[in-house]
Amino acid sequence: MENEFIETMALTFKLATITTLILLFISIPLAAFLVFSKTRLKSIAETIVSMPLVLPPSVLGFYLLLAFSPASFIGEFLTNHGIRLAFSFEGLVVGSILFSLPFMVHPIQSALSQVPRSIFEAAYTLGKSKLSTMVYVILPIIRHGLISGIVLAFAHTVGEFGVILMIGGNIPDETRVASIAIYDEVESLNYAMAHQYALTLFVVTFAILLLVYTLNKKSLEGLK
Amino acid sequence: MIIVNATKQLDTSDGIIQANFELTVESGEFLTLFGPSGAGKTTLMRLIAGLDTPDSGYIAVDGEVWFDSKRSINVSPQKRSVGFVFQDYALFPTMSVRQNLLFAAQNDKQRAYVDTLLEMTELTAFSERLPATLSGGQKQRVALARALVRHPKILLLDEPLSALDPSMRQKLQDGLSMIHDLLGVTTLLVSHDIAETVKLSDRLAAIEMGRIKNICSPMEFFTTHTFSGKLQLIGEVLKIEEESPIIIATLLVGSSIVKTIIGRDEGEKLRVGGHALISVKAFNPIVVPLNENQLSSSIERHNNDF
Repeated sequence: MENEFIETMALTFKLATITTLILLFISIPLAAFLVFSKTRLKSIAETIVSMPLVLPPSVLGFYLLLAFSPASFIGEFLTNHGIRLAFSFEGLVVGSILFSLPFMVHPIQSALSQVPRSIFEAAYTLGKSKLSTMVYVILPIIRHGLISGIVLAFAHTVGEFGVILMIGGNIPDETRVASIAIYDEVESLNYAMAHQYALTLFVVTFAILLLVYTLNKKSLEGLK
Repeated sequence: MIIVNATKQLDTSDGIIQANFELTVESGEFLTLFGPSGAGKTTLMRLIAGLDTPDSGYIAVDGEVWFDSKRSINVSPQKRSVGFVFQDYALFPTMSVRQNLLFAAQNDKQRAYVDTLLEMTELTAFSERLPATLSGGQKQRVALARALVRHPKILLLDEPLSALDPSMRQKLQDGLSMIHDLLGVTTLLVSHDIAETVKLSDRLAAIEMGRIKNICSPMEFFTTHTFSGKLQLIGEVLKIEEESPIIIATLLVGSSIVKTIIGRDEGEKLRVGGHALISVKAFNPIVVPLNENQLSSSIERHNNDF
């Protein structure tokens, strides 16, 4: 029983860590596109990014499940390449990335939009490429937004339930994360175990947010 | 030598105007772009720096083509040798003064030059400070020094002194003038300030509605219309009183209030709140220098007279 608890918690944090890292790399260019692009595509992209905020997780999970199934075009393509996303850890990562996307993108987008255009232009006139301007000048300026994004995306992935239930199921050491375990333990009337998971999540989430708020009061301003 | 012949559609507060800039600047020259806001002064500088793209035309510096719409040449701002000082200075807030300058340096020679520039702009003592802890004048000097690190062919200054108080402004004008004499870099300055323009520039380009109306020496520009043995002042009409048989007009000129007797015809044309040109024949005006204290006390005395 104790082993299973540790396994489940480890899997939960592994999922959150991988998801957050991938999200960080996707979200910086995506946020930059949303801030600087003038095309009409921008509104559509903005809408898609924000969808998981309002969409029931089961809707996203349902469509992901359909997409992952070998009967679908995407699923068939993936199966042919030896990738199985439904009921697998990799599938959970894909689902979590989509579901936590706005939590990473929005704080970065908000921080980026507050950087005066002249800062970018000053770096360009000093001979710096867009990439090195971003890395050496802009990212240090928007570090508060980055920290907010990382913390929120991580915490949100830890607390995710609906999408995982739909596409992951409840396979120990593969897709059984803490939030699913709580549900499962309650179903089997094992309240003590459910409580152990719930309290751990509660304490960890509280500690992460408290740490960030204490270290840096500005860190969650990206959401406002 | 800079040769600009470029068009650009400008979206100003007065609606869309079609700007057409034609300008030649000699190497080492200090040229001021002078004109009302929205005339296109900043746009012209941004076109030269490559931060904005002309709709059509040609920009070349020392024989190097930076933009040519016919040949589809548009050199990126990174590859144009310009130093740009922005109105808001655009210092990198997470870097110290020295790091701001070092970031611009491309090689060891330029890195070594950083210390010389810090000294020249009297920033050595502040070199480890972050921009947020500096005064406006200090920030302006950092921005100037940073723009000079790469030995640019052209220095572009977009109203760099407009946010500073008059005494700091004067000090920095002297500094700018000294640096220009020392380095001989071709310099374009956007300014609204007549004193600044006269003091710093070799020539002045008057810009109105996206066109260069006139290029001449600043002295020539500011005195042509007024140097006629008359002293001309523009004032706001505050009050018109009829005290038969005369009419007395009260006008605000600068910070002084002037009362003057006017004729009946003039009285009918003037209206309260409008502006008027006051000219006085002054073949031999008396010009007396004032120091700061005398200036403020004379203004006070002058105001008490009324």
